[in-house]
Amino acid sequence: MSIWRLIAREITYRRLNFALAAVAVLVAVASVVGVLTLLQAHQVRTERIEAAEAEKADEIGFELKDDARRITKDLGYNLLILPKDQNLAEFYTSGGASKTMPIKHAETLADSRIVIVRHLLPSLHRRLEWEQIGEPIIVIGTRGEVPRSHLDPKKPMLEAVPAGTIVLGCVLAEKAGVAIDATVRLLGREFKVTKIHERRGNEDDVTAWINLSEAQDLFDQPGRINAILALSCLCADTSLGSLNDQVRGLLPDVQVIKLEKEAAIRRATRASAGKRAKEFLDLGEAGRQSLRAERQALATWVVPLVVVGCIVWVGLMALGNVRARRMEIGILRAMGVRRGQVVGMFLGRAVLVGLLGAVVGYAAGFVLAIAWDAREAGEGLGASGPAGAAALFGPVLLAGALLFAPLLSAAASLVPALLAAQEDPALILSQE
Amino acid sequence: MVRLENVTKTYRGKATTVAALRGVTLAVGSGEFVSVQGPSGCGKTTLLLVAGGLLRPDGGRVTLDGRDPYALPPEQRARMRADRIGFVFQRFHLMPYLTVRDNVLAASLARPSDGARARAEELLEHVGLAPRLDHVPSELSTGERQRVALARAMLNEPRVLLADEPTGNLDPDSGHTVLQYLADFAADGGAVLLVTHDVRAAEYAGRTVQMAEGTLVDA
Repeated sequence: MSIWRLIAREITYRRLNFALAAVAVLVAVASVVGVLTLLQAHQVRTERIEAAEAEKADEIGFELKDDARRITKDLGYNLLILPKDQNLAEFYTSGGASKTMPIKHAETLADSRIVIVRHLLPSLHRRLEWEQIGEPIIVIGTRGEVPRSHLDPKKPMLEAVPAGTIVLGCVLAEKAGVAIDATVRLLGREFKVTKIHERRGNEDDVTAWINLSEAQDLFDQPGRINAILALSCLCADTSLGSLNDQVRGLLPDVQVIKLEKEAAIRRATRASAGKRAKEFLDLGEAGRQSLRAERQALATWVVPLVVVGCIVWVGLMALGNVRARRMEIGILRAMGVRRGQVVGMFLGRAVLVGLLGAVVGYAAGFVLAIAWDAREAGEGLGASGPAGAAALFGPVLLAGALLFAPLLSAAASLVPALLAAQEDPALILSQE
Repeated sequence: MVRLENVTKTYRGKATTVAALRGVTLAVGSGEFVSVQGPSGCGKTTLLLVAGGLLRPDGGRVTLDGRDPYALPPEQRARMRADRIGFVFQRFHLMPYLTVRDNVLAASLARPSDGARARAEELLEHVGLAPRLDHVPSELSTGERQRVALARAMLNEPRVLLADEPTGNLDPDSGHTVLQYLADFAADGGAVLLVTHDVRAAEYAGRTVQMAEGTLVDA
């Protein structure tokens, strides 16, 4: 005969008392496990939502930034690279550069690894009197953008003008009385009009664009250009100092002019797009933080109250058990059973109460938490499948429940057990 | 084997004081069956509890095999009871959730031994309950329950049996049976101290002592 056999027999005999005590432990364990699992579920869900929202925000941010990039790109180039010896006063007053530099400079920049400057457009400008209308015009020789062979090819901002063709500003076309497909003469050479720009309200309206090589021939400037238009990247430091440092590191005989108005708009628009994307993320995060705070409050106040209530209940059940077994205690003590053994009888029972409550309570708390979480998320129970449940299963929590529930149950039953051991067998047996 | 010398015991309540034992002197030797008879409230049960090491007397001396149980710490006194004394009570005090066999084996909680199970079955066979080993107390008659209690008292091979009204709830036949077992125990060299109203006990006891108002009238 062992104490455990006696405990097991007694439990089967006084099932109700045992079950009520185990239910109290079950409730305590289920509430702790439930709330912790709910918090864990919230964390997992939050991480999943955050990842999805971050991806969405990235997409939105990218789209906004790309829109901004495209819109601001339409504002035109924001960098101008001129020969170093070009007098800027003359440049601004005459509307063009008089000094030249090799076309090779554009290719050198295009082949370089610097990322701060993109969309390189070399050109050769000349102000002259067009014999066809007898008025001064601006002629720009262009070859289109120089491709950057080591980067992803980007769509050029300006298409090249094929040899033998000319693109006219609207004022020039009107004054010359020509339309598309008409042939015009410039410096003694014939060009076919392939495009007439809409009115832009600036010097473009009195500008003619021809192929760069032909312009170099016409102006007797083989292999020369006098400006490179470019677009500065927003991904790095684009201060004028930095731009000059980087470009002049490659091309010492140039100067970089930053067209500040266009650059500022471009920068502000793209920064605003980034800010909007961040606000979108912050708004979602605030809602989740609020929900998490509610659940943590539940864990902080309600759960401890439930646990304390359950501990008291287990203690009362143990006390009831002791009172029901006074005669048994009396005869056992009379037969020589020691006080420690009597304490062990009641604590052993309490440990079994705790173990049963822990196992069933863990399962109940876990399932309820998953169901609750699924309901809050508007999903059906088990929508996340076994993998979702497995992600929330906490072996440490289960081990903790299996360890602490029996300990707390035994602690709650300690006073009744000690009272049982202190029972005076003579008093009990003389009362029969 | 059991000796009480000038033992006194007084119960003090808030309003009343009851002298349960007033200088009782009694000795029960090996092979002796002593019956103490007297009216209710005369101190019989107190005498039994004091003799069994369960109730410390106010005065006098109690010895069991020459040793004073009350001079021992509680755990050693419990050990002495487990080794030397068997108790039988009027209401049996069987555990309702244990089988007949396990009720007898419950005594081995105090003194575990490898042969306890075999001895329990042997004792139950001796008291005629071999077919009832796996029954629970509620399935037994009162006489059978008392025989289970008797077997339990004898499991640890005590030298002394202390019996408090063991026939009080039994029919005459069962009462005779129980008294005969007690007599047999004494005949085998044990000491029996029986306190009872039952006048039939005198037929089985080697010595009968009358008790009245806490004193032994004829010791």
